[in-house]
Amino acid sequence: MAVELDGAYELHPDVALRPEPFGALAYHYGNRRLVFLKHRDVVSVVRALGDRSTVAESLRSCGVDEHRWPSFVAALTSLESAGVVRARDAAH
Amino acid sequence: MPLTEQLKAGLDAPICLTWELTYACNLACVHCLSSSGRRDPDELSTAEVKAVLDELRDLQVFYINIGGGEPMIRRDFFELVDHATANGIGVKFSTNGAFLDAARAAQLAAMNYVDVQISLDGLDAATNDAVRGEGSYAIARRAMDALAAAGFGPFKISVVVTRHNVDQLDGFKALADAYGAQLRVTRLRPSGRGVDAWPTLHPTAEQQVQIYRWLLSHGETVLTGDSFFHLNALGEPLPGLNLCGAGRVVCLIDPVGDVYACPFVIHSDFHAGNVRDSGGFMHVWRDSALFRSLREPQSAGACASCGSYDACQGGCMAAKFFTGLPLDGPDPECVNGHGEVALAGVASGSAPMPSVDHSSPVAFTRRRAPVPAE
Repeated sequence: MAVELDGAYELHPDVALRPEPFGALAYHYGNRRLVFLKHRDVVSVVRALGDRSTVAESLRSCGVDEHRWPSFVAALTSLESAGVVRARDAAH
Repeated sequence: MPLTEQLKAGLDAPICLTWELTYACNLACVHCLSSSGRRDPDELSTAEVKAVLDELRDLQVFYINIGGGEPMIRRDFFELVDHATANGIGVKFSTNGAFLDAARAAQLAAMNYVDVQISLDGLDAATNDAVRGEGSYAIARRAMDALAAAGFGPFKISVVVTRHNVDQLDGFKALADAYGAQLRVTRLRPSGRGVDAWPTLHPTAEQQVQIYRWLLSHGETVLTGDSFFHLNALGEPLPGLNLCGAGRVVCLIDPVGDVYACPFVIHSDFHAGNVRDSGGFMHVWRDSALFRSLREPQSAGACASCGSYDACQGGCMAAKFFTGLPLDGPDPECVNGHGEVALAGVASGSAPMPSVDHSSPVAFTRRRAPVPAE
């Protein structure tokens, strides 16, 4: 399922991010999956998710131009399916 | 720059590494990568291992693959595993299961971030014990039963694919499924004692195709440690990074602290340093001349004119090295047949031998025939 621009998400608490020149390595201690975040802007957005009420707000706070949003939604969708990010309770 | 190119140029810290905790082993498998048997008296102490684990924590190494030898032989085994996981370093350890009884299984089941891999190289005692030694099949199955009974969850069954167990792959998968376990299959390397075993144990050319098709049809449900990328020349790539990570994103620490490029090249030519040297592991990883050279662009050499090079990357460095082939040429198991041709040109006895051997001395007193019961 695609990540919604007006949905609330967060970095999964079982995931560690390690900064790398290409972006970051993400390791999920629960499902033991290693995931490559291949762009530094994606890393910033992933880190911002938990502090912002929506994906759109996270993208805006990281200075990502709206024309690039579809590619970020695609990246976040694949990260959600890998368990790196997860939906957050709307009331949170 | 594509991700794989960046990885080939090396990272500031390994993604993961293999750590052989001891050369001591109760078994004497014919294909043992580390020629294990006897404990090395210079083995890293508990405090030394913990200090390196602290370094790995600071480097944010996510997990380590612990092996040996038989790692559970170390009296401080659980203490070291606890120290790793308490510092955010996940542990995957390989064991033959001899010391994994009900109490140990319960202990492991209560731990987080610990994966257990039980080695099994045959679906029946005859196939397995021919490689791993008499009684080793029963030992492994007992350990699996103990883990299942303790509710450990999905442990791993780790199989080295040989000429004699290729046809058992479906059976291994069924066995893993029956236990609620995960199957892991890896490539046989001509390393350690495997130097002698490889020529008669490695899968034939037809079997290489069989392995490729089997792996492709099972996708990510079967783990491979990315060890079969030489087969990618056969078509659609297998899941994984498709690159040799030696000295770039992975390495090996041996029981005495020596750091090698990967678990399959315990040889002076691939020795990068020792964790006891000043600067510790980090200095070896970042500054060793060997690792720096492995992170330079590598020549495709004799493979440059082959259309499959992008797919297979020339195969495995260790497999070439220990069969006496040049590192910038085809893998001995090249699916286009270039390896067989190259092997035919290697003079007998000219291939390098492992520089480290902890094999137990041969027991000349072992009886040759069963003694009749009185």
